[in-house]
Amino acid sequence: MSVVQDLPTPGGARGMRTRASAFGGRHRSLSITLGMALVAAVLPVLAGVPPFSSFQPQAAWIDGFTNAGVFVLLALGLNIVVGVAGLLDLGYAAFFAIGSYAYAYAASPFGNQILGINVQAALGDAAGLVFWPMLAIGALVAALFGVLLGAPTLRLRGDYLAIVTLGFGEIVPIVFLNSDAVTNGTNGIGGIYRPYLPGFGAYSATNPWPYYITTVAVVTLVLILCYRLVESRIGRAWEAIREDELAAAANGINTVTTKLLAFALGASTAGIAGVLNTAKLTVVSPDQFTFVISFTVLAMVVLGGMGNFWGVAVGAFVIYTINNVVLKSLNQFFQSVGVPILKDIDFLQLQFLLYGLALVAMMLLRPEGLFPNSRRTRELHADVVPVEEDAEGEAAAGGAAGGAGEGGR
Amino acid sequence: MNAATAPAPAVETAAAVLRLSDVNTYYGAIHALRGIDLEVHRGEIVTLIGANGAGKTTTLRTISGLLHPRTGTVEFEGRDISHVAAHEVVRLGIGQAPEGRRIFSRLTVVENLLMGGFTRSAAENHEQVEHVYALFPRLRERAGQKGGTLSGGEQQMLAIGRALMGRPRVLLLDEPSLGLAPILVQQIFEIIGEINARGMTILLVEQNALQALSIAHRGYVLQTGHVVLTGSAHDLRENEMVRKAYLGES
Ligand SMILES: Nc1ncnc2c1ncn2[C@@H]1O[C@H](COP(=O)(O)OP(=O)(O)OP(=O)(O)O)[C@@H](O)[C@H]1O
Ligand SMILES: [Mg+2]
Repeated sequence: MSVVQDLPTPGGARGMRTRASAFGGRHRSLSITLGMALVAAVLPVLAGVPPFSSFQPQAAWIDGFTNAGVFVLLALGLNIVVGVAGLLDLGYAAFFAIGSYAYAYAASPFGNQILGINVQAALGDAAGLVFWPMLAIGALVAALFGVLLGAPTLRLRGDYLAIVTLGFGEIVPIVFLNSDAVTNGTNGIGGIYRPYLPGFGAYSATNPWPYYITTVAVVTLVLILCYRLVESRIGRAWEAIREDELAAAANGINTVTTKLLAFALGASTAGIAGVLNTAKLTVVSPDQFTFVISFTVLAMVVLGGMGNFWGVAVGAFVIYTINNVVLKSLNQFFQSVGVPILKDIDFLQLQFLLYGLALVAMMLLRPEGLFPNSRRTRELHADVVPVEEDAEGEAAAGGAAGGAGEGGR
Repeated sequence: MNAATAPAPAVETAAAVLRLSDVNTYYGAIHALRGIDLEVHRGEIVTLIGANGAGKTTTLRTISGLLHPRTGTVEFEGRDISHVAAHEVVRLGIGQAPEGRRIFSRLTVVENLLMGGFTRSAAENHEQVEHVYALFPRLRERAGQKGGTLSGGEQQMLAIGRALMGRPRVLLLDEPSLGLAPILVQQIFEIIGEINARGMTILLVEQNALQALSIAHRGYVLQTGHVVLTGSAHDLRENEMVRKAYLGES
């Protein structure tokens, strides 16, 4: 087509952006690794100096950061499902439970007996070696359940999917609770082996550092994979489905497998988080996986900025730390100082009130989250139309009438 | 040559690229298409006209795999695609600009176009985007603008452009003129004619029967899920019933 030569090059700015992001992509893994290393190095230092050291000892901080890391993993996984692919999953804790129990079966005398294996006899003190392959196996098992749940339900539209996942999230812990013979019911499975690293030995309850470093490494890896994914073809397909499923299908996207993949990958991340968490707690029981977990992780994703992995990671970390360190410390602080009224408030009980308030405030003030996805910022602030999703739909529809004047000249 | 005002003669002898035989499509218990027979030949513009709810959109959806016929067959280039999934139909070579345009409102124009080329390689898309811009220079100007903030006419251009990105051999258009001012309707129809003149086979659903029949080679009139009339565009324009029901003459 000869016309092509006569026309200016397509959107110069866009071209530059494409190049810049390709550049970023190649170095993304490196910058994530460096960023995570930096954060991982700075946090313990901060924890060792006032005012932070006055809250709790450094070792307790490190332990708390590790637990926060587990929630960061959960939030990253749920972000794929909810933030990127736009599928509302209200029962995400189920996959966390599945990963946790998977590790318990592979790495405890009780679990081994059920499976008919004996890791301890084979490996002795190094029984915790199973931790490493279990990171992958836990991910696979959770992904498998993700597919089993997703295959029949992902054809459902949004609200129905939310309800089905909500049910699944309730059913899984109940199954673990009631299958006494194979799960030990309410008491759960104890005596789970701590990880064993060749050349270092077994992790211990008294030294939080090995867990901390392991968690940082796993989070780093998952973050890199998340970015790789959203920048790939499959990432574009998720985006299309989130925007308009029918249009996505009409453009050649296999919506069923694409959604299933988001579901399975989200589940596998929760599986990894479960393995990690259980290897640290050394005990797993059904009451660890209530709806509260699903809700907390969802709040982390929304507050952190749906779709943006860094934002979600930071959001999860901050929320967890506020919940489990700051609120607890406030209790102790006001009690020890004896401030009237304040000393009688249990700030931990206020957790959900605070979530609720934060979510409402966020939707009013910064619907894109604290650390939004760059595209969403553009959408929500840079335009003529002061938009939320609904307003946008109207803008699109209203455009039909407005088109006459504008396009007709 | 302006295809919009002077349609090329239909190729009567050409084999049907698209053939629907006794197609019955349901929405649950609702029997929407009641034995549709329809053919589209290579290089043609065929228009499907009819009142609201006649089954025009349903026909397109049945072809594009968004719906599947309960009985009857849809053949594309001799292959039975009655039960092929929508995303596969795109790969086979049928593109569509769906009813209501359904552009990705939060993606930019160029991102929308690239989404249209999802089944194609980056290199192919790079080239095809230029063809689309050549057809719709307006889209190039708006390349970085969010789809949802485009005017109705621009959105329609984007919907057609996006469908072309998949390099289809048959293009399905569902009411491209809906909600557009008369001058813009004229413009869209001219572009449709131009796309056809370059060799694209088009199945065009329209309420705007007069315009549609002026660029089409042949047409089908749908009523409550039946084909009640078919013929050359010229004959249909002259037809008493069509003039009364769809051309607003008494
Ligand atoms: N999703 C649906 N569920 C149930 N019935 C439907 C659905 N979509 C369409 N129908 C019914 O099928 C019939 C044909 O609808 P269709 O959308 O094909 O009409 P149309 O000719 O495209 O009309 P219009 O000109 O208004 O777009 C109508 O009776 C309609 O009510
Ligand atoms: Mg219709």
